Amino acid sequence: MPPLTETIAAPACTTAPTDLTALLGAEEQEVARVMQICNACRYCEGFCAVFPAMTRRLEFSAADTHYLANLCHNCGACLYACQYAPPHEFAVNVPQAMARVRPRTYQAYAWPKALGELYRRQGLTMALALAGGLALFLVLALAMSGHLVHAPLAGNFYAIFPHNFLAVVFGAVFLYAIAAFAIGAGRFWRDVSPAHESVPPTATELAKTRRSAAAETVYDIAVLRYLGGGHGVGCNEDDDRFTLVRRWFHQITMYGFLLCFAATSVATLYHYLFAYEAPYPWLSWPVVLGTVGGIGLLIGPAGLLWLNLRRHEERSDTAQRPMDLGFIALLFIISITGLALLVLRDTRFMALWLAIHLGCVMALFLTLPYGKFAHAVYRAAALFKHALEKRLPNRISLGGD
Amino acid sequence: MQETPDVLVIGGGNAALCAALMAREAGASVLVLESAPQSWRGGNSMHVRNLRCMHDAPQDVLVEAYPEEEYWQDLLKVTGGLTNEALARLVIRHSSRCRPWMRRHGVHFQPPLSGALHVARTNAFFMGGGKALVNAYYRSAGELGVAIRYETPVKSLELKDGRFIAAITEGGERIAARSCVLACGGFESNLEWQREAWGQNERGEWPAENFLIRGTRFNQGVLLKFMLDAGVDAIGDPTQAHCVAIDARAPLYDGGICTRIDCVSLGVVVNREARRFYDEGEDFWPKRYAIWGRLVAQQPGQTAWSIIDRKAVGRFMPPVFPGTRADTLEELAQKIGLDVATFTATLDAYNAACRPGTFDHTVLDDCRTEGLAAAKTHWAQPIDAAPFFAYPLKPGITFTYLGLKTDHTAAARFKDVPSENLFAAGEMMAGNVLGKGYTAGVGMSIGTAFGRIAGVNAAASAGFTHPEFKEELAYAAAH
Repeated sequence: MPPLTETIAAPACTTAPTDLTALLGAEEQEVARVMQICNACRYCEGFCAVFPAMTRRLEFSAADTHYLANLCHNCGACLYACQYAPPHEFAVNVPQAMARVRPRTYQAYAWPKALGELYRRQGLTMALALAGGLALFLVLALAMSGHLVHAPLAGNFYAIFPHNFLAVVFGAVFLYAIAAFAIGAGRFWRDVSPAHESVPPTATELAKTRRSAAAETVYDIAVLRYLGGGHGVGCNEDDDRFTLVRRWFHQITMYGFLLCFAATSVATLYHYLFAYEAPYPWLSWPVVLGTVGGIGLLIGPAGLLWLNLRRHEERSDTAQRPMDLGFIALLFIISITGLALLVLRDTRFMALWLAIHLGCVMALFLTLPYGKFAHAVYRAAALFKHALEKRLPNRISLGGD
Repeated sequence: MQETPDVLVIGGGNAALCAALMAREAGASVLVLESAPQSWRGGNSMHVRNLRCMHDAPQDVLVEAYPEEEYWQDLLKVTGGLTNEALARLVIRHSSRCRPWMRRHGVHFQPPLSGALHVARTNAFFMGGGKALVNAYYRSAGELGVAIRYETPVKSLELKDGRFIAAITEGGERIAARSCVLACGGFESNLEWQREAWGQNERGEWPAENFLIRGTRFNQGVLLKFMLDAGVDAIGDPTQAHCVAIDARAPLYDGGICTRIDCVSLGVVVNREARRFYDEGEDFWPKRYAIWGRLVAQQPGQTAWSIIDRKAVGRFMPPVFPGTRADTLEELAQKIGLDVATFTATLDAYNAACRPGTFDHTVLDDCRTEGLAAAKTHWAQPIDAAPFFAYPLKPGITFTYLGLKTDHTAAARFKDVPSENLFAAGEMMAGNVLGKGYTAGVGMSIGTAFGRIAGVNAAASAGFTHPEFKEELAYAAAH
């Protein structure tokens, strides 16, 4: 059996090159090897975006493998359909090969680079972030109010932590996360070699292309198109049967997260624009949004956890379980502590629960750029890249078509 | 599952499952015996990609129209007339109406693959390919209560006056049933039989020793051999098969689609003596790929090399193995072990013979050679732009055409008397329609049509009537 891949070609010239030697490991070579087989077969083209993107390339640079890996949603359809999957000697397992590259994307493009190492120690990272967040807020609560248990304060959080204090602390960490992702995603974007004609389209054409590509990307994320299996019947969990259950649990999680985010945003607007301060009544927008979102963040992560633990080993990269499970567990804990806080806000335990809840939220914020949340950023970037690329002329023309 | 099934299906690919599903739909209890383990189930069907479909107007994934007559003419052309018109037209007409049934059992279709747009009009592609189709049929069969046993190869049958009585497994188990469908493939995986069938050539070689099998390793032809020995009416020549030129580095079995080499028409092909031997640009590659297996089989050592230059890169489906690359033709000849002087003389003569023209790979263009013994009639461009690439070729057998003679009922026949309860489907009887040659997707059209017919008739002989198929079959059989 001859080698399937001779070498991985050097990536196309980039403006601010990431150290691509760091990207060229056994994981990337396995994706390149597998993609060379897939590119000669193409039976799975209808399942998702990975295969159409693959067909626009003849060889796969390290950066290309990262692009394709992040386009992959690990739906599993191509593994069960694969005539070259194990026990075939070609041993093609696209979802697993892709899964093994993704944490390397997050690590390689993390900013600052040194903190990318945290991806290799996700259990420790999560534990430290959670312990740190909890300790910080418990100590602060003690320092600021003297007691963790107190006479009921009618849900007035600001009696414990002043509003401006919370806004500054969380705002700063959140802005830091956005900056870290912007830098990482920007580098990722530039490294992926363009797979269209070298003749650049005109500026108006490009702007039009960008608009429709962006709209498509948003739509694909909003409905999580690529967990639909291409036919809309769903993806695979533990066998070749299709199911929409993972799409549902993921979207419940995602929209739950967004609703909680919306609750905070509405409350911030109330506070600064209308001088309408917390605590808000049960039937106010911040509480309703937060409660519905919080319930979503209980159901969604619980479902994803259940699926994750049941999924066959050949379907995933078991090395990244700590990252997946840590993130899922953190979302669940944040939600349950938040809902508990809502129930307990009029009792003597408000300060304690507030400190616990805020400590957990802080752990999430701190680990945003160094944990599973990165999948949202790099997958969105890859989807946008693909949506753009497919609108531009293909540089490969297979004659006789 | 009762102890004695009404219908026993021997085989586990597309035709077998079509038969099992139809018989079950008719109400019969069905047992499927698949010789392979579950991970290799499906025979050659796990490697297929589409179904050639007649249609008079655009249909979901199929564009324009592909009328019965055109389909028939295509089949007539590739088989050189070695076909049975009545059965061929039955298959063709059946292909126009069978997809809703396939969908009901979980098969999904997708638009034609990039690089395969030439069959967008004629062929409906399975989403995920044949293994996805096979998975869907097994799931549906399981849900409907069809019993399935893997790793259960059958070595012989108990027959009485042309009637099926029981099957005897390799393990010695006797499985009786009221009727039986044989859908367990040709003999392509049986290297010993291939060697014997092809015999020795004038150079003293045993050509089949150099063949690769593109498909399953499980089609050993055990029951085909048994039936021939039992005196069943046979059809087909044992050396006729779906045979294409594939990459010589492909594995012996199950190389499947990705081992094909699609750059033949963009360059030249030379044999071990470094000489060209056939018109590489005779017609569009999809219409010619199926003759190149035999062409290479006739060359010394049953091997050849497809040679291209830089101009061809990116114009054909990327091959799975990298080509041998060189900056000069001399170096290329050396690297692939051909006589440098003869090789360069062949290439020089070819390059000099190329007439000026306008290269266009999407039409039968006017780039051709003049004055060569083996002309290249289209897409002939000098091979002169480094780097040069060579891909080694060998014959790759997909499936053999020797099989059981049947009529429209799919019944096995002894001395021209149809059996009441023994039927054949798929590769085991495809030779009735395909005497030689091949055109993409027709194997699945035959397997689906005769698989369904065999299943319905096997159920009928056990006393069960399929509730819906009558009208569909009447349409297919009417011409």
